[in-house]
Amino acid sequence: MSPTEATPGAHGGRVVVLAGGLSHERDVSLRSGRRVAEALRGTGQEVEERDVDAALLPSLAADPPACVVPMLHGETGEDGAIREVLELLGLPYVGATPEACRIAFDKPVAKTVAARAGVRTPASFCLPHETFRELGAAAVMESLVATLGLPLMVKPARSGSALGCTVVRDRADLPSAMVNAFAYGPVALLEQFVVGAEVAVTVVDDGEGPRALPLVGIEPDGGVYDYTARYTAGSTQFVVPARLDDEATAECERVALAVHEAFGLRDLSRSDLIVDPDGTVWFLEVNVAPGFTETSTVPLAVQAAGLDLGKVIAGLVHAATTR
Amino acid sequence: MSEISRSSTRLDGYVDRYAARTQGMTASEIRALFAVASRPEVVSLAGGMPNISGLPLDVVGSAVGDLIAANGPVALQYGSGQGDPTLREQITDVMRLEGIEGHPDDVVVTVGSQQAVDLVTRIFCDPGDVVICEAPSYVGALGVFKAFQCEVVHAEMDAEGLVPDALRQAIVATRAAGKTIKFLYTIPNFHNPAGVTLTPARRQEVLAICREHDILVLEDNPYGLLGFDAEPMRALRADEAEGVIYLGSFSKTFSPGMRVGWALAPHAVREKLVLAQESATLCPPAFSQMAVSAYLTTHDWQGQIKQMREMYRERRDAMIEALDDFMPAACTWNNPHGGFFVWVGLPPGIDAKAMLPRAVTARVAYVPGTAFFADGYGSSYMRLSFCYPTPERIREGVRRLAGVLEQETELRQTFGATGPSHELPRSGYDAPSSDLS
Repeated sequence: MSPTEATPGAHGGRVVVLAGGLSHERDVSLRSGRRVAEALRGTGQEVEERDVDAALLPSLAADPPACVVPMLHGETGEDGAIREVLELLGLPYVGATPEACRIAFDKPVAKTVAARAGVRTPASFCLPHETFRELGAAAVMESLVATLGLPLMVKPARSGSALGCTVVRDRADLPSAMVNAFAYGPVALLEQFVVGAEVAVTVVDDGEGPRALPLVGIEPDGGVYDYTARYTAGSTQFVVPARLDDEATAECERVALAVHEAFGLRDLSRSDLIVDPDGTVWFLEVNVAPGFTETSTVPLAVQAAGLDLGKVIAGLVHAATTR
Repeated sequence: MSEISRSSTRLDGYVDRYAARTQGMTASEIRALFAVASRPEVVSLAGGMPNISGLPLDVVGSAVGDLIAANGPVALQYGSGQGDPTLREQITDVMRLEGIEGHPDDVVVTVGSQQAVDLVTRIFCDPGDVVICEAPSYVGALGVFKAFQCEVVHAEMDAEGLVPDALRQAIVATRAAGKTIKFLYTIPNFHNPAGVTLTPARRQEVLAICREHDILVLEDNPYGLLGFDAEPMRALRADEAEGVIYLGSFSKTFSPGMRVGWALAPHAVREKLVLAQESATLCPPAFSQMAVSAYLTTHDWQGQIKQMREMYRERRDAMIEALDDFMPAACTWNNPHGGFFVWVGLPPGIDAKAMLPRAVTARVAYVPGTAFFADGYGSSYMRLSFCYPTPERIREGVRRLAGVLEQETELRQTFGATGPSHELPRSGYDAPSSDLS
């Protein structure tokens, strides 16, 4: 029997869904965690939702769960830290290893690894704010604009949910965009802005090898898939499968699977891609704890695949507890 | 290319049906960041939650128990749309402390004074009508005005409160533009967020200007009894019965959870307010009203307020001392003589909204000034609340904030970035939700 067809209550023992934490994405994480917990409960699974705080470790040690599902977004949740602790405690968990998380969460590192795997990614430069201070911000920014052109993307090197990200269309807006990105972390990524169709590709591996779910096309009303467009129901049109021809669709699936494999990911990932008008697929980033909120793309992909969200997560739990 | 069946969704099947007034009711990075502020690791100087730790819960519990035992069938039933008559009598006693001689028949009990703002706006304002507000103004009121599609025109304040000349200019300019002014919304005592109090001389001037230009005044006074240094100021309503609608609340002097506030309005307006109240809620909650009434009857509520003032004064002192000790010289702030808030001006070029993620990383939270303006202004200000954390936590929070400011200043100097990082601030939705505001 395939784990995705698991019958309710098939997996014994309590599952702990971790959500919340202290990252900037706490609010999103709480919503993702709640949805995952409810979906799992729908399969008959005993589920406990837990925030990450000083009481967590004693609680896990005193009453070890059968499996942990980390639905923590942002640092700690996606940078491998919490998974390292779970390894330390010897607890099975859903999702990538700490090593793989460290690669995936750091956008510049992820882009390098993706490029080495033969995946195309927009030209970019990654700089800490000290570099701008030491060398003179104006000169560095001039060089960046001259090389990357406008518009360009400014992002924190390590963050999610588009927090701190700005599309810079006018040179005069670049300083503010830099300050905006550095508010979320000490290193910023400046990236060539690729115009095209935005696509999210969910990869699931419940024990039978990674496979891509139907592609979700993202068409935000304002043209930019920023925080507001992500989490305000109604402000973005999601098209499943994405409006792409067969060739581009296949290429997106290939890229997402290649990234999943090259990064050493497991269980679940979501790659964010752009398909330009020539059909070229560009890798932006991969998420090891993708969102499961009411406006997230993974649940849409699961639904489009004709699968039940609870059974899919139960399948991942099964895979985690039997490896 | 093969035939593919596509589905398209906005994940909101009602998106084409919402009223125009919902525009701008969107998810916000800033609101998301406030989720972290609720964690104990974070010193939240953002929330305006009254500190009710000193309330005599045994007295309240006993009063509520007696209420149910003696009057349960009434307390648990629908009540009058205008509000409980006994409580309305008691409310006139409360208002007498600020010089108001009101009649219980002219009092309408509401679900917090927030609902009173809503009801007054509902009965007076059509889309496009103008409400004049202080600059800055209470975010909850701005949200109401926006929901009713009013245009907000701000009038400047200084250390003595609303500037009369600015009010006069706002009236003249608005009318010259062919717009209809429906009322002036003002918080004369220990202003939220600015912390300032309208001086007695200015009160008379403001009333005179409004009389001269036939402008109704909506006097919102939740903090009036929470002054630290003197007896309560004389309310605007005390000197002008017909031109002022007065709003009061038990949220700051007793319990916000009771959700009991009120409006004192001229007779004709009161009639409309009652009808509006009935259409909105049928009646304010009978249980809460009777519980508040029992509290006022059985407890030394004025003595309790005196204790609250001392507690808040201690916290105000801690915040001012910490600001003096830690904040950079280029910052400005006022020393409020009551209420909950200090309004901090930031060094040139610092954007409080853009800085908030850095502050949250440093485990301290505040509300960026943009939340308190309807026009996108306010990025170089922040509101700090001293009402809830202990004095020690307040000091630690300000220390952390000073460190954040230092880093942000250095960054701004590096990039030469001045002015707000966000071009179109969505005022009114950048504030914390009700559990923090």
